[in-house]
Amino acid sequence: MIVYVMFVLVPMGFAFYYSLFRWRGVGPPTDFVGFDNYVLAFQDPIFIDALRNNGIIVFGSLLIQGPIALGVALLLNRNFRGRTVFRLLAFVPYVLAEVTVGIMWKLLLSDAGTVNAFMQSLGMGGLVQAWLADLDLVIWTLLFILTWKYVGFAIILLLAGLSNVPQELNEAAAIDGASWWQTQRHVTLPLLGPTIRIWMFLSMIGSLQVFDVIWVTSVPAVRSLGASATMATYMVDSGFFARLWGYGNAVAVILFAISFVAAVLFQRFLLRRDIEGAITRKAN
Amino acid sequence: MAIKRRTSTFLALSITTALLAAGCTGGGESEAPPESELYKNPVTLTWWNNASQDGPGKTYWEKVAKDFNALHPTVTIEMEGIETNQLQRTRLPAALLSNDPPDIFQAWGGGEIREQVEADYLKDITDQVKDEVANIGSAVEIWQVDGKQYGLPYRMGIEGIWYNKDLFQQAGIAAPPTTFDELNDAVTKLKAINVVPIAVGAGDKWPAAHWWYNFALRACSVETLRKASLENVFDDQCFVKAGQDLKAFIDTEPFQDNFIATPGQNDPTSANGLLANGKAAMELMGDWNRGSLDTVTTDQEALNKFIGWFPVPAIAGSAGDPKAALGGGDGFACAKNAPAECVEFLKYLVSPEVQLGYAETGTGLPVAKGAEEGVKDPALRSILEATTSATYVQLWLDTAFGSTVGTAMNDAIVAIFAGSGTPEQVVEAMKAAARK
Repeated sequence: MIVYVMFVLVPMGFAFYYSLFRWRGVGPPTDFVGFDNYVLAFQDPIFIDALRNNGIIVFGSLLIQGPIALGVALLLNRNFRGRTVFRLLAFVPYVLAEVTVGIMWKLLLSDAGTVNAFMQSLGMGGLVQAWLADLDLVIWTLLFILTWKYVGFAIILLLAGLSNVPQELNEAAAIDGASWWQTQRHVTLPLLGPTIRIWMFLSMIGSLQVFDVIWVTSVPAVRSLGASATMATYMVDSGFFARLWGYGNAVAVILFAISFVAAVLFQRFLLRRDIEGAITRKAN
Repeated sequence: MAIKRRTSTFLALSITTALLAAGCTGGGESEAPPESELYKNPVTLTWWNNASQDGPGKTYWEKVAKDFNALHPTVTIEMEGIETNQLQRTRLPAALLSNDPPDIFQAWGGGEIREQVEADYLKDITDQVKDEVANIGSAVEIWQVDGKQYGLPYRMGIEGIWYNKDLFQQAGIAAPPTTFDELNDAVTKLKAINVVPIAVGAGDKWPAAHWWYNFALRACSVETLRKASLENVFDDQCFVKAGQDLKAFIDTEPFQDNFIATPGQNDPTSANGLLANGKAAMELMGDWNRGSLDTVTTDQEALNKFIGWFPVPAIAGSAGDPKAALGGGDGFACAKNAPAECVEFLKYLVSPEVQLGYAETGTGLPVAKGAEEGVKDPALRSILEATTSATYVQLWLDTAFGSTVGTAMNDAIVAIFAGSGTPEQVVEAMKAAARK
């Protein structure tokens, strides 16, 4: 508890306190400006771009990773030769460090990189793109990289959930004459519900706070034009690089507030049954 | 008991008086400690510089620290090399805010050092470094605030255009351009032989922004630039003119394709990689580029043969001084409470013998007179000559205006490069940032 207060609550309090100052990080903060920094943030088109990008990543991750992961997990849950190998392969991207993934994709997607060269060799020169520099395209490129990186996590989580589905239920369904697909649809999926919801929760919070992969992969110029900025990269760019520490803290508080509200709403409406009595109060 | 108490009161009183006295002298003008006190007690100096990668720069600084320790055995120097951006943006501000800053550290000068002085972080060294200041000359002004010296440079040079002599010859360009009209001509000729005329690392923002700085230098008078640096006032129309000139120049398409994704330096696909490997004919860059080109070339011998340098061309009929140049340097400053030996080490760093050795590393241009012979490379020699003959050297604008205005300015300039920004928006962004 003491550790929690010291390392979580106290810094949070400081972040909020500093966010009320016009402060460039030189000397102690003295220029109190109230909520001006918050107003400024919502007036900055780049911050609005960052919010939009975070939105794209949150919904993009849920809508793309979820179905892929579910499909792969259901397939990998069947008994076949080499199952372990496939499970391992699906999980490899998630184990790689964010920075490694970022640099790897940056090299693959550069102008003269492997991806463009591959397209050329297939005679699809028309598809060659400035994957990381085209202002309209870059956020979708980043969404693809994030999907590639994190889908393995969803798969592993779902496989763990699947291993908790009692074998007897499947056998019972089979005796009743249900096909494989019917079994999945009516027995497995409902029982997998809690796992899916927990994954959605983690994915959403992670997408709101996404930083490393974006920071490493995206080009600074493209980021500062708003095309590939997220709230977290915007916070670092304005806090450290523009030397606006008070303002950077305000952005951090906004990021926290959005994540917190999203988390509470999610728990209230979707996770309520799964964690009843554990986190939320017992619903009457 | 009574006596004891009186004694302790007396002690407390005298300690307070001593502290007050100390406070008085400490808070006043800078004062050199008496010679006898120097090098008496063992001290450790922490030294933060930006030689973070292995190479001649790092090896040389390590040698300098060792040499100083050999000269003055009471002083131990703990050197730490930190990547430039990390050093200036995160490590140093945080360390200065805490009570335990490094004793001697990299200082950029200009708006940056002004903020640090206003926060009372730095040692006023005016009286101790008079000889060094005289020997370095006008370059020291960048490390002055209100006429007082807070740091000294060890490297200083102006920016210009690095070019490939072979490609110029192939394209039929007789001599390096001296005006922008001639530069535009050269661009056309280079396109005709299918080389990228100019490489720019717009991905890193500042290499692109430097083009705007040079147009501003040509469009604005020295007074306007001085006023802008000191007071962050950008009302003069010349700042808009700079953006218009830049836009017109970008429209002639002198740069490589997709420059918005190209990094500036230190990798073969970056702008200086294109120049170093003969894929591009020119690049606008400072004196340090010689060292960076060496690290990205695949054919060192060819590079040594073809590389040349010329000053940024003049623009006909502009308000700015055609012999003015944009430049900057790296310097060191001592923290306010650093031991007196720190200033001695700083003086040693800019002494002609250390400077000569620095020049011989070929990683930058020295500032002290007497170190010039160390500069062997012909391209670097031409920068040295241009630096000495420049009528006025304007510090990089992002450093001169401070990080806040500088970052907003660079971002808005990059938007012009990306085709989404306007010349007016650059000035608006600078004004808005100055208020933040």
